Amino acid sequence: MGYPHPSHARETVVLSQYFGDAGARSYDGWIKRGGYEGLKKALGMTPEAIIEEIKASGLRGRGGAGFPTGLKWSFMPKNDGKAHYLCCNADESEPGTFKDREIMRWTPHALIEGCALASYAIAAETCYIYIRGEFTEPWKVMETAVAEAYAAGAIGANAFGSGQRIDIVLHRGAGAYICGEETALMNSLEGKRGNPRIKPPFPAAAGLFGLPTTINNVETLVAAPHILMRGAAWYKALCKGNPKSTGTKLISVCGHVQRPGNYEITMGTPMKDLIYDMCGGMRPGRTLKAVIPGGSSVPIMTPGEVDTCIMDYEGVVAAGSMLGSGGMIVMDDTTDLVYQIMRLARFYAHESCAQCTQCREGTAWTTRILERILSGAGKPSDLDLLLDLADNMTGTTICVLSDSCAAPVVSGIHKFRGDFEAYLSGKRKPSLAGV
Amino acid sequence: MNPKTVPGGPAGATPASPGHDAKYEPVFVGPIKARLDALFPKYPTRQACLLPALWMVQEARGWVPDGGIDEVARVLELTPAYVRGVLTFYTMYHQHPVGRHFIQVCTTSPCNMGGAEEVVKALLRETGCKELGATSPDGRFTVIETECLGACGFVTPLLVNDDFLENVTPERVPGLLQSYK
Repeated sequence: MGYPHPSHARETVVLSQYFGDAGARSYDGWIKRGGYEGLKKALGMTPEAIIEEIKASGLRGRGGAGFPTGLKWSFMPKNDGKAHYLCCNADESEPGTFKDREIMRWTPHALIEGCALASYAIAAETCYIYIRGEFTEPWKVMETAVAEAYAAGAIGANAFGSGQRIDIVLHRGAGAYICGEETALMNSLEGKRGNPRIKPPFPAAAGLFGLPTTINNVETLVAAPHILMRGAAWYKALCKGNPKSTGTKLISVCGHVQRPGNYEITMGTPMKDLIYDMCGGMRPGRTLKAVIPGGSSVPIMTPGEVDTCIMDYEGVVAAGSMLGSGGMIVMDDTTDLVYQIMRLARFYAHESCAQCTQCREGTAWTTRILERILSGAGKPSDLDLLLDLADNMTGTTICVLSDSCAAPVVSGIHKFRGDFEAYLSGKRKPSLAGV
Repeated sequence: MNPKTVPGGPAGATPASPGHDAKYEPVFVGPIKARLDALFPKYPTRQACLLPALWMVQEARGWVPDGGIDEVARVLELTPAYVRGVLTFYTMYHQHPVGRHFIQVCTTSPCNMGGAEEVVKALLRETGCKELGATSPDGRFTVIETECLGACGFVTPLLVNDDFLENVTPERVPGLLQSYK
């Protein structure tokens, strides 16, 4: 549902059905709402059958990359005699994204159920849920729910009497966006600085503590029990024409819409329906200027691109951006786009782990050049300089933080060049003090 | 990049001695030691308990003093230099004393667009903090800007100690501060 707003008729409410319903938080409340049936069913199946069902559903990673979930699970070695791990990535920190937070604070047992199911499917006896340090409320809710699930025998040494050991451990981050990158998350969990690792080896071969590991986003994991309960065919049918993108997706909409919130859409829903109808459109007297559709790390879209955009993995790419995490930042005509792009660059500069030169230097210099432009001291060559920097920051580093900083800058200059030129020509008054 | 956002940095009203902290009382005794001991079986290495252990020190002392670094290193069988290296990577650990109530304001783009700068101004004015990162003269508050708190649909979110507050406006600031004595 469009929490904190009531459900909109155009939503397909699956994962978000109990957002805002405090009664769904407790173990008993979750059982009353049909909870843990997916896990019980899974525990009666073979891991291979579960993976086949998830593969057939078309479920793809909801953290942003969109990698097929069943395929990822199938990469885990079989009968290798080693400990396996599941990591749930609950380090939600991508600007514009606030969906995993709502899943955890309203339906904690949905996440525990998804984690337990996935753990069984990949032969992991331990699942670590890495929750960002700032999520104090979701942490408390999850802590209570995990204790309840142990007490009820849903997880632990003998999950639902299946003979299967499934331990779930909550691990608190401490303020680092980069720990949402899966290899940085593993390093952080191991008690290290959150520096991303070079791949290969991939986590399924050598992940957490050097052992086979799968990392899944919160939203991906909570979808899995629904798929087992209702079947892969049902999930695959949640699609509006593109069989590569199936199911529902939570879209966190923020910025200048009348009703910001989380909206659960069927893959393939037109973006303009979401913005202008479900979210109530712009504030009175305002018009749309730009949208960043998939969290701050994706290219900015123009109103024209929004009008034709189909919201699924391929559709948003075709419209000039990416679906990403589904964190949508909507900006109206009052927005100083150059300032907001600088603000995003500053975010990436602050969050760079500084391992790679292109990122450490690139994010910092991008920010400084944008600050110079905003202070009225920009040079005519600055836009080319920014594009050149961005070119060096793309595809050249261990992780994609550097690419993420470049995306809004490059798309901003290409699609909204006039906004930058207004500062460079002095037509627009400086909005920052001299730097 | 942005020194103003360093918690309790050079502008802090109660700068800590960077050297040896002679008065440090160990944290890992009694119930806190029991909490840490209970974590060890959940991980295959002691080192994995580093972030949790640093959280325990900060909860007990309000920040992570040098003595805390040494103690964590000892109980986890790591070196102090290693512990310091990890500690400094994560922005939520305080490397200096801070006010009794530590306020983090999100000012990343969606919040900035929604008026977070005005909330920051109201917080500085109402707490008496001279600037971001500084502690108020009465030791009650420290205010910092932070990057995305992950509540972009609830602009402007604040984290006051462990209390997550949503939809904060400049008008709400004086009232909400009253519950933090």
